[in-house]
Amino acid sequence: MRNDINCDAFLEELSDYVDGVLGDTLCKEIERHIEDCGNCRVVVDTLKKTIYLYHETAAQTLIPAEVRERLFHRLSLEDFIQEEK
Amino acid sequence: MNENDLQEFSLQLLRSGDRAEVARLVDAYSTKIYRLALKMLSNPQDAEDVLQNTFLKAMQALPKFEGRSSLSTWLYRIAVNEALMTIRRAKPEVDITLKNGENEDTDDDLLLTSFTDWCCLPEGELMSSEAQNHLDKAIHKLPEKLRIVFILRDLEGLSIRETSETLELTETAIKTRLLRARLKLREMLSAYYGERLGQEKI
Repeated sequence: MRNDINCDAFLEELSDYVDGVLGDTLCKEIERHIEDCGNCRVVVDTLKKTIYLYHETAAQTLIPAEVRERLFHRLSLEDFIQEEK
Repeated sequence: MNENDLQEFSLQLLRSGDRAEVARLVDAYSTKIYRLALKMLSNPQDAEDVLQNTFLKAMQALPKFEGRSSLSTWLYRIAVNEALMTIRRAKPEVDITLKNGENEDTDDDLLLTSFTDWCCLPEGELMSSEAQNHLDKAIHKLPEKLRIVFILRDLEGLSIRETSETLELTETAIKTRLLRARLKLREMLSAYYGERLGQEKI
Protein backbone atom coordinates (compact mmCIF):
# COMPACT_ATOMS: atom_id res chain seq x y z
CA MET A 1 0.00 0.00 0.00
CA ARG A 2 1.19 3.47 -0.84
CA ASN A 3 1.31 5.96 1.94
CA ASP A 4 1.79 8.91 -0.28
CA ILE A 5 1.67 9.86 -3.92
CA ASN A 6 4.26 11.74 -5.89
CA CYS A 7 3.76 14.84 -8.03
CA ASP A 8 3.23 12.85 -11.25
CA ALA A 9 0.57 10.63 -9.75
CA PHE A 10 -1.00 13.76 -8.26
CA LEU A 11 -1.34 15.23 -11.74
CA GLU A 12 -3.26 12.19 -12.97
CA GLU A 13 -5.93 12.68 -10.33
CA LEU A 14 -6.01 16.46 -10.40
CA SER A 15 -9.15 17.01 -12.50
CA ASP A 16 -11.21 14.53 -10.50
CA TYR A 17 -9.87 16.06 -7.29
CA VAL A 18 -10.88 19.64 -8.13
CA ASP A 19 -14.26 18.38 -9.37
CA GLY A 20 -14.77 16.65 -6.03
CA VAL A 21 -15.44 13.24 -7.57
CA LEU A 22 -12.34 11.44 -6.36
CA GLY A 23 -12.72 8.49 -3.97
CA ASP A 24 -11.98 9.03 -0.26
CA THR A 25 -8.68 7.19 -0.16
CA LEU A 26 -7.12 9.01 -3.11
CA CYS A 27 -8.57 12.27 -1.91
CA LYS A 28 -6.84 11.91 1.45
CA GLU A 29 -3.58 10.97 -0.27
CA ILE A 30 -3.76 14.11 -2.36
CA GLU A 31 -4.49 16.24 0.67
CA ARG A 32 -1.50 14.72 2.45
CA HIS A 33 0.63 15.36 -0.60
CA ILE A 34 -0.29 19.03 -0.95
CA GLU A 35 0.31 19.63 2.72
CA ASP A 36 3.96 18.85 2.13
CA CYS A 37 4.36 19.95 -1.47
CA GLY A 38 4.01 23.70 -1.85
CA ASN A 39 4.12 23.63 -5.65
CA CYS A 40 1.33 21.12 -5.97
CA ARG A 41 -0.76 23.11 -3.51
CA VAL A 42 -0.34 26.21 -5.70
CA VAL A 43 -1.34 24.15 -8.73
CA VAL A 44 -4.54 23.00 -7.01
CA ASP A 45 -5.42 26.51 -5.82
CA THR A 46 -4.71 28.26 -9.11
CA LEU A 47 -6.43 25.54 -11.12
CA LYS A 48 -9.58 25.84 -9.00
CA LYS A 49 -9.42 29.60 -9.43
CA THR A 50 -8.95 29.26 -13.19
CA ILE A 51 -12.08 27.12 -13.49
CA TYR A 52 -13.99 29.46 -11.18
CA LEU A 53 -13.07 32.56 -13.21
CA TYR A 54 -14.18 30.95 -16.47
CA HIS A 55 -17.38 29.84 -14.80
CA GLU A 56 -18.03 33.42 -13.67
CA THR A 57 -17.40 34.96 -17.09
CA ALA A 58 -19.62 32.34 -18.71
CA ALA A 59 -22.45 33.24 -16.33
CA GLN A 60 -22.11 36.86 -17.47
CA THR A 61 -22.25 36.00 -21.18
CA LEU A 62 -25.91 36.28 -22.15
CA ILE A 63 -27.48 36.47 -25.57
CA PRO A 64 -27.88 40.16 -26.50
CA ALA A 65 -31.53 41.21 -26.92
CA GLU A 66 -31.06 42.15 -30.58
CA VAL A 67 -29.43 38.79 -31.35
CA ARG A 68 -32.39 37.03 -29.76
CA GLU A 69 -34.80 39.19 -31.73
CA ARG A 70 -33.08 38.43 -35.05
CA LEU A 71 -33.08 34.73 -34.15
CA PHE A 72 -36.83 34.73 -33.59
CA HIS A 73 -37.37 36.49 -36.92
CA ARG A 74 -35.13 34.01 -38.71
CA LEU A 75 -37.11 31.13 -37.22
CA SER A 76 -40.45 32.79 -38.09
CA LEU A 77 -41.30 32.93 -34.40
CA GLU A 78 -41.58 36.73 -34.22
CA ASP A 79 -44.95 36.58 -32.48
CA PHE A 80 -43.15 35.08 -29.43
CA ILE A 81 -40.45 37.75 -29.10
CA GLN A 82 -42.18 39.47 -26.16
CA GLU A 83 -42.33 36.37 -24.03
CA GLU A 84 -38.79 36.34 -22.72
CA LYS A 85 -38.54 35.33 -19.10
CA MET B 1 -30.66 20.76 -15.44
CA ASN B 2 -30.03 18.70 -18.56
CA GLU B 3 -31.52 15.56 -17.10
CA ASN B 4 -34.86 17.25 -16.69
CA ASP B 5 -35.42 18.54 -20.14
CA LEU B 6 -37.57 15.63 -21.24
CA GLN B 7 -39.99 16.54 -18.51
CA GLU B 8 -39.71 20.25 -19.14
CA PHE B 9 -40.56 20.03 -22.81
CA SER B 10 -43.25 18.06 -24.50
CA LEU B 11 -41.57 16.02 -27.20
CA GLN B 12 -44.95 15.42 -28.72
CA LEU B 13 -45.62 19.13 -29.11
CA LEU B 14 -42.09 19.77 -30.39
CA ARG B 15 -42.35 16.97 -32.95
CA SER B 16 -45.68 18.24 -34.19
CA GLY B 17 -44.15 21.68 -34.69
CA ASP B 18 -46.08 23.49 -31.95
CA ARG B 19 -44.67 27.00 -32.31
CA ALA B 20 -45.16 28.08 -28.70
CA GLU B 21 -43.30 25.00 -27.45
CA VAL B 22 -40.53 25.54 -30.00
CA ALA B 23 -40.23 29.17 -28.87
CA ARG B 24 -39.86 27.97 -25.28
CA LEU B 25 -37.11 25.60 -26.35
CA VAL B 26 -35.33 28.38 -28.21
CA ASP B 27 -35.46 30.62 -25.14
CA ALA B 28 -34.17 27.87 -22.88
CA TYR B 29 -31.15 27.16 -25.06
CA SER B 30 -30.35 30.29 -27.05
CA THR B 31 -27.94 31.74 -24.48
CA LYS B 32 -26.17 28.41 -24.06
CA ILE B 33 -25.77 27.89 -27.79
CA TYR B 34 -24.76 31.50 -28.43
CA ARG B 35 -22.16 31.36 -25.64
CA LEU B 36 -20.73 28.08 -26.91
CA ALA B 37 -20.39 29.51 -30.41
CA LEU B 38 -18.96 32.81 -29.20
CA LYS B 39 -16.30 31.14 -27.04
CA MET B 40 -15.51 28.64 -29.77
CA LEU B 41 -15.23 31.20 -32.58
CA SER B 42 -14.44 34.52 -30.81
CA ASN B 43 -16.49 36.37 -33.38
CA PRO B 44 -20.00 37.65 -32.60
CA GLN B 45 -21.18 37.54 -36.23
CA ASP B 46 -20.02 33.95 -36.71
CA ALA B 47 -21.54 33.04 -33.35
CA GLU B 48 -24.89 34.49 -34.41
CA ASP B 49 -24.78 32.51 -37.68
CA VAL B 50 -24.07 29.32 -35.77
CA LEU B 51 -26.92 30.11 -33.37
CA GLN B 52 -29.41 30.65 -36.20
CA ASN B 53 -28.29 27.62 -38.22
CA THR B 54 -28.40 25.39 -35.13
CA PHE B 55 -32.04 26.20 -34.46
CA LEU B 56 -33.01 26.12 -38.14
CA LYS B 57 -31.56 22.60 -38.41
CA ALA B 58 -33.09 21.56 -35.11
CA MET B 59 -36.54 22.74 -36.20
CA GLN B 60 -36.23 20.80 -39.44
CA ALA B 61 -35.10 17.67 -37.64
CA LEU B 62 -37.48 17.82 -34.65
CA PRO B 63 -40.32 15.86 -36.31
CA LYS B 64 -37.89 12.93 -36.57
CA PHE B 65 -36.27 13.38 -33.15
CA GLU B 66 -36.57 10.06 -31.34
CA GLY B 67 -35.30 11.12 -27.96
CA ARG B 68 -32.49 8.59 -27.87
CA SER B 69 -30.21 11.31 -26.55
CA SER B 70 -31.49 14.16 -24.42
CA LEU B 71 -32.70 17.29 -26.17
CA SER B 72 -29.83 19.17 -24.61
CA THR B 73 -27.16 16.78 -25.92
CA TRP B 74 -28.80 16.76 -29.32
CA LEU B 75 -28.89 20.57 -29.58
CA TYR B 76 -25.31 20.93 -28.35
CA ARG B 77 -24.20 18.36 -30.93
CA ILE B 78 -25.80 20.30 -33.78
CA ALA B 79 -24.21 23.51 -32.48
CA VAL B 80 -20.75 21.94 -32.15
CA ASN B 81 -20.95 20.66 -35.73
CA GLU B 82 -22.00 24.07 -36.98
CA ALA B 83 -19.14 25.74 -35.12
CA LEU B 84 -16.61 23.24 -36.43
CA MET B 85 -17.89 23.77 -39.98
CA THR B 86 -17.36 27.50 -39.59
CA ILE B 87 -13.78 26.92 -38.44
CA ARG B 88 -13.12 24.50 -41.31
CA ARG B 89 -14.42 27.02 -43.82
CA ALA B 90 -12.08 29.68 -42.44
CA LYS B 91 -9.08 27.38 -42.10
CA PRO B 92 -9.46 24.53 -44.59
CA GLU B 93 -5.81 23.58 -44.15
CA VAL B 94 -6.20 22.78 -40.47
CA ASP B 95 -7.31 19.31 -39.47
CA ILE B 96 -9.80 19.62 -36.68
CA THR B 97 -11.46 16.26 -36.62
CA LEU B 98 -12.36 15.56 -33.04
CA LYS B 99 -11.34 11.92 -33.18
CA ASN B 100 -8.06 10.89 -31.67
CA GLY B 101 -5.10 11.90 -33.78
CA GLU B 102 -1.80 10.07 -34.15
CA ASN B 103 0.17 12.14 -31.71
CA GLU B 104 -2.61 13.03 -29.36
CA ASP B 105 -0.80 12.23 -26.17
CA THR B 106 2.30 14.32 -25.99
CA ASP B 107 3.13 14.82 -22.38
CA ASP B 108 4.34 18.35 -23.07
CA ASP B 109 0.81 19.49 -22.45
CA LEU B 110 0.98 18.27 -18.92
CA LEU B 111 4.10 20.19 -18.01
CA LEU B 112 3.67 22.45 -15.03
CA THR B 113 5.96 25.44 -15.22
CA SER B 114 4.28 28.11 -13.14
CA PHE B 115 4.00 27.95 -9.37
CA THR B 116 3.03 31.52 -8.64
CA ASP B 117 0.11 31.77 -6.27
CA TRP B 118 -2.04 34.56 -7.69
CA CYS B 119 -5.25 33.47 -5.96
CA CYS B 120 -4.92 36.31 -3.42
CA LEU B 121 -5.38 39.02 -6.06
CA PRO B 122 -8.54 41.02 -5.37
CA GLU B 123 -11.69 39.92 -7.23
CA GLY B 124 -11.86 43.28 -9.01
CA GLU B 125 -8.45 42.64 -10.51
CA LEU B 126 -9.16 39.00 -11.35
CA MET B 127 -12.38 39.95 -13.13
CA SER B 128 -11.44 43.34 -14.63
CA SER B 129 -12.53 43.80 -18.23
CA GLU B 130 -8.89 43.57 -19.28
CA ALA B 131 -8.59 40.28 -17.41
CA GLN B 132 -11.77 38.97 -19.04
CA ASN B 133 -10.32 39.81 -22.44
CA HIS B 134 -7.30 37.84 -21.48
CA LEU B 135 -9.43 34.87 -20.41
CA ASP B 136 -11.07 34.90 -23.85
CA LYS B 137 -7.74 35.12 -25.62
CA ALA B 138 -6.36 32.21 -23.61
CA ILE B 139 -9.30 29.99 -24.44
CA HIS B 140 -8.85 30.79 -28.11
CA LYS B 141 -5.23 29.67 -27.97
CA LEU B 142 -6.29 26.14 -27.08
CA PRO B 143 -6.41 23.66 -29.96
CA GLU B 144 -10.03 23.22 -31.08
CA LYS B 145 -10.34 19.67 -29.78
CA LEU B 146 -9.35 20.80 -26.28
CA ARG B 147 -11.29 24.05 -26.47
CA ILE B 148 -14.62 22.42 -27.19
CA VAL B 149 -14.25 19.99 -24.28
CA PHE B 150 -13.42 22.81 -21.88
CA ILE B 151 -16.35 24.92 -23.12
CA LEU B 152 -18.90 22.13 -22.74
CA ARG B 153 -17.64 20.92 -19.38
CA ASP B 154 -16.48 24.05 -17.56
CA LEU B 155 -18.42 26.88 -19.21
CA GLU B 156 -21.69 25.13 -20.00
CA GLY B 157 -21.50 22.85 -16.98
CA LEU B 158 -22.15 19.54 -18.76
CA SER B 159 -21.04 16.41 -16.94
CA ILE B 160 -18.23 14.22 -18.28
CA ARG B 161 -20.86 11.78 -19.54
CA GLU B 162 -22.92 14.47 -21.27
CA THR B 163 -19.78 15.93 -22.85
CA SER B 164 -18.80 12.47 -24.07
CA GLU B 165 -22.27 11.90 -25.56
CA THR B 166 -22.31 15.30 -27.23
CA LEU B 167 -18.91 14.86 -28.88
CA GLU B 168 -19.30 11.09 -29.39
CA LEU B 169 -15.96 10.45 -27.72
CA THR B 170 -15.17 8.13 -24.83
CA GLU B 171 -15.28 9.47 -21.28
CA THR B 172 -11.57 8.66 -20.98
CA ALA B 173 -10.79 10.85 -23.99
CA ILE B 174 -12.90 13.64 -22.53
CA LYS B 175 -11.14 13.45 -19.18
CA THR B 176 -7.71 13.50 -20.81
CA ARG B 177 -8.57 16.50 -22.94
CA LEU B 178 -10.22 18.32 -20.09
CA LEU B 179 -7.13 17.99 -17.91
CA ARG B 180 -4.90 19.22 -20.74
CA ALA B 181 -7.17 22.16 -21.47
CA ARG B 182 -7.41 23.16 -17.82
CA LEU B 183 -3.65 22.92 -17.26
CA LYS B 184 -2.85 24.95 -20.36
CA LEU B 185 -5.29 27.66 -19.30
CA ARG B 186 -3.87 27.65 -15.78
CA GLU B 187 -0.39 28.23 -17.24
CA MET B 188 -1.63 31.10 -19.42
CA LEU B 189 -3.54 32.70 -16.56
CA SER B 190 -0.59 32.27 -14.20
CA ALA B 191 1.62 34.18 -16.63
CA TYR B 192 -0.93 37.00 -16.84
CA TYR B 193 -1.95 37.26 -13.20
CA GLY B 194 1.61 36.60 -12.04
CA GLU B 195 2.58 39.82 -13.75
CA ARG B 196 -0.28 41.68 -12.02
CA LEU B 197 0.92 40.28 -8.72
CA GLY B 198 4.43 41.55 -9.39
CA GLN B 199 3.08 45.03 -10.06
CA GLU B 200 1.02 45.02 -6.88
CA LYS B 201 4.01 44.24 -4.74
CA ILE B 202 6.05 47.13 -6.17
